[in-house]
Amino acid sequence: MFDLASGAVQGALDAGASYADARVVARQHERIAARNGEIDGTDRNQDIGVGVRALIGSSWGFAATSDLSDGAARKVGEEAAAIARASARLRAPTDLVLADTPSVQTRWQSPYEEDPFAVPLAEKADLVIGATAEMMGVAGVALATGVLEFWSTDKWFVSSQGHEIEQRIIESGGYIAATAMGKGESQRRSFPESFGDYQTGGYEVVRGFDLAAHAGSLAEEAVALLSADPCPSGEFDLILESSQLALQIHESIGHAIELDRILGWEAAFAGTSFLDLAELGSLRYGSELMNITADATIPGALGSFGFDDEGTPAQEVDIVRDGIWVGVLSGRDSAHIAGLPPGGMVRGDGFNRMPMVRMTNVGLKPGESSLAEMIAATEYGIYMETNRSWSIDDRRLNFQFGCEVGWEIIDGEIGRMLKNPTYTGITPIFWGSMDMLGGADEWHAWGTPNCGKGQPLQVGHTGHPAAPARFKNVRIGVSGGPT
Amino acid sequence: MTLDRLEEIADRMCRLVGDNVEAECRVRRTRLGLTRFANSHIHQHHGEDTTDVRLRVALDGRVVSTTAVGLDDEGLGRLVTDTLAAARLQPIDSHWNGVNGPLEPATMDKADTSTIEVQPGERAEKVAAFVAAGDGLAAAGFLSTTFMEAAVATTGGLSVSGRATSATIDGIHQTGVSAGNGHQTDIAFSALDGSAAGSRAARLAELGRDAEDLDPGRYEVVLAPECVATVVSFLGVYGFGGRSYSDGQSFVEVGAEQFDPTFQLVDDPGDSRTVALGFDSEGTPKRRLVLIEDRISRAVAHDRRTAAKSDAESTGHGYPESYFGPIPINLIVGAGSASADDLIAGVERGIYVSTFNYCRILDPRTQVVTGLTRNGTFLIEDGRLSRPLSNLRFTQSFLEALAPGAIAAIGDDARYADSEFGPNMVIAPSMRLASWNFTGGARG
Repeated sequence: MFDLASGAVQGALDAGASYADARVVARQHERIAARNGEIDGTDRNQDIGVGVRALIGSSWGFAATSDLSDGAARKVGEEAAAIARASARLRAPTDLVLADTPSVQTRWQSPYEEDPFAVPLAEKADLVIGATAEMMGVAGVALATGVLEFWSTDKWFVSSQGHEIEQRIIESGGYIAATAMGKGESQRRSFPESFGDYQTGGYEVVRGFDLAAHAGSLAEEAVALLSADPCPSGEFDLILESSQLALQIHESIGHAIELDRILGWEAAFAGTSFLDLAELGSLRYGSELMNITADATIPGALGSFGFDDEGTPAQEVDIVRDGIWVGVLSGRDSAHIAGLPPGGMVRGDGFNRMPMVRMTNVGLKPGESSLAEMIAATEYGIYMETNRSWSIDDRRLNFQFGCEVGWEIIDGEIGRMLKNPTYTGITPIFWGSMDMLGGADEWHAWGTPNCGKGQPLQVGHTGHPAAPARFKNVRIGVSGGPT
Repeated sequence: MTLDRLEEIADRMCRLVGDNVEAECRVRRTRLGLTRFANSHIHQHHGEDTTDVRLRVALDGRVVSTTAVGLDDEGLGRLVTDTLAAARLQPIDSHWNGVNGPLEPATMDKADTSTIEVQPGERAEKVAAFVAAGDGLAAAGFLSTTFMEAAVATTGGLSVSGRATSATIDGIHQTGVSAGNGHQTDIAFSALDGSAAGSRAARLAELGRDAEDLDPGRYEVVLAPECVATVVSFLGVYGFGGRSYSDGQSFVEVGAEQFDPTFQLVDDPGDSRTVALGFDSEGTPKRRLVLIEDRISRAVAHDRRTAAKSDAESTGHGYPESYFGPIPINLIVGAGSASADDLIAGVERGIYVSTFNYCRILDPRTQVVTGLTRNGTFLIEDGRLSRPLSNLRFTQSFLEALAPGAIAAIGDDARYADSEFGPNMVIAPSMRLASWNFTGGARG
């Protein structure tokens, strides 16, 4: 495979590229879905091909093909250079320069115990069918779904600067969900998280969920929500469980710190960022409890790898230190413009997508409190669990989240269940109000397998370590139902 | 790879599975050209040519599908063997509805010849025209051209094939404190006018300078086609899809009066404007589907599976890549007779919105959605745009917004408009609505 990638790189160089790199990517994906105690579909995807980046002047040209026949790789390299050259019609004042990264020749593999593709299909199907059957056994549940997903990705990366890197990454995860239908409404509870939890690892990840142990209580909560009181509206203290906080991190920190967004490269589609590089090192992002890193080296986390798709080694980068913004997510081109070292955060979705700045594992370092302590210390507030909806503006400032379930806290104790809980805020004000943060015992690196960005749209796999946290005086209970 | 070759592969795969096996094979070639620009220059230029093969087999009701990209003849053989082996290990799917038998072949060919061969330099010229329309402004966006050809065959004797093209230019101009957008989609690349799209974006951006905050609350609104397209796409995805309907998660009550009498919605892949193949991944011919007519929800979109659950026939909306199951993706909102200016002129005090952004559903049955405004939000006073506004957040039931009596007027400016679920999905006009629930401003 290195020969194919090398041929593509040489084709681009011979056609005039000042720099070129190529990835041969072979990917397997398996998705097993169950519904109401029955199989709902087993879909498998396999793709293999080569994608080439060619740099000419201020523009990248990218070309990809699934044709691996003789000469096809070299031809696609030439095409990438021709595409880059066509950009001269509208070029930037200065050429792109790539920040230095070591040229290594190596192999890396994500750790796993049990190859998920070697586990019999029937065993995997039975697990998720059984969980949905148990949920359907709870009176009032109208819909029970479950999904297991597995990926195996092999990459061979070659650059014109001497990189030769082979990687294999195994990823596993899934979820179950119960939905109850009431008059004009539906209520849903899911586990481990509404989109599932995913890790770099094998089938042991799924075994660790213990779906059967959670299915019944999950379904009962979905039914109970139909008769729960609506979440009150007002400014209250808010406690978030860690998977919801992980999504809060993803949306209001992870995307905001992407250097391509800050530089305006994604302005039209994904948007920009409220962050200004001139304020790097001085802007207060949140309270002093807030320490955020982007760490692609966390064992088992979904955003972990050995090298990114530019050949830069995985690393831990400080993003927010004691509440002050100190770091960004970057690639070799964007890092050079910002005068920063490359962060090793550029990845592409398969062989046929151009690598771009992507979150690795962007998350909170644990604090010293606990969920129980937060609840006990709250006179009046709302505790929310599990994401149901999310929305944030194109600068990553104005957000609104909805959760599957809320719980009222009065005088330090959990009280009544609340349905349709929502909260809204402005990013730095919200993070500035964080006054309690859970410790290492409640810290978990949640995995998000569905991060959309770029054009053509790319789906990225990212990790978000988080623990429960408390926020003061948050606007809660935004309603938009029929008047 | 030619269309003949795609047909040959699809037919061969169905023969290779052997006797007593049901199989359905889709072979699809996609050629994508994409030119991205930001800060007024082209920064990413993309070309892609991929062929994928999707084989679905059923062995006595044990069903597995495998999609593969990048296979030679030997690989195709392995795909058959592996898929059959996986099927043998599957539980029986009690909702399996078999494969299509011979059907009247879809004759729709919506490929524009000139679009198939567009070169990167030609795309760059139209992008340059978009950028040039905003003198001194910062432009960002993309121009894409897509050529898709596909063939579907089944062991039941079905064999269909077809081609489609699309071209889209979508971008914004930015002043540093404001932005405006322009969008065009057509079957033919030659129909795209980069200058016109850029001029619209530049005009909105200039108008948006010096925006002020407005207190949240309920306001009458005029929604540009992009906003209407997003509203309609939510109705389609969460309501008129066969899966959400059969699961009981949809708001749709077929036969019930649910909408304002002026609101008409069809899914029409045969319309000369729509980007569409003539059949779905199961080979079922797509047909015109009236979704909303005379206040009444008339039908939902089905594939073979959801059709069987609902005791209906497939409407040709089987898309295995869809997370939401079968959904309508060639939506057309019936246009009215008022110009966009007339819609604004009829409003005493309200808000004009150019684009919605990052919309997410809170409850599919009530269609309560939250999102934000973007790329041009303006206060309307005494029938004219009186001042630009900072972006606003809304939390609004789309059903309520389109309920009987809620639509004040519909524009005559129906066109392809970008939506929350992407371009190439909805042709929509502007719309004036009696009430919209803005729940937050720039300060939250």
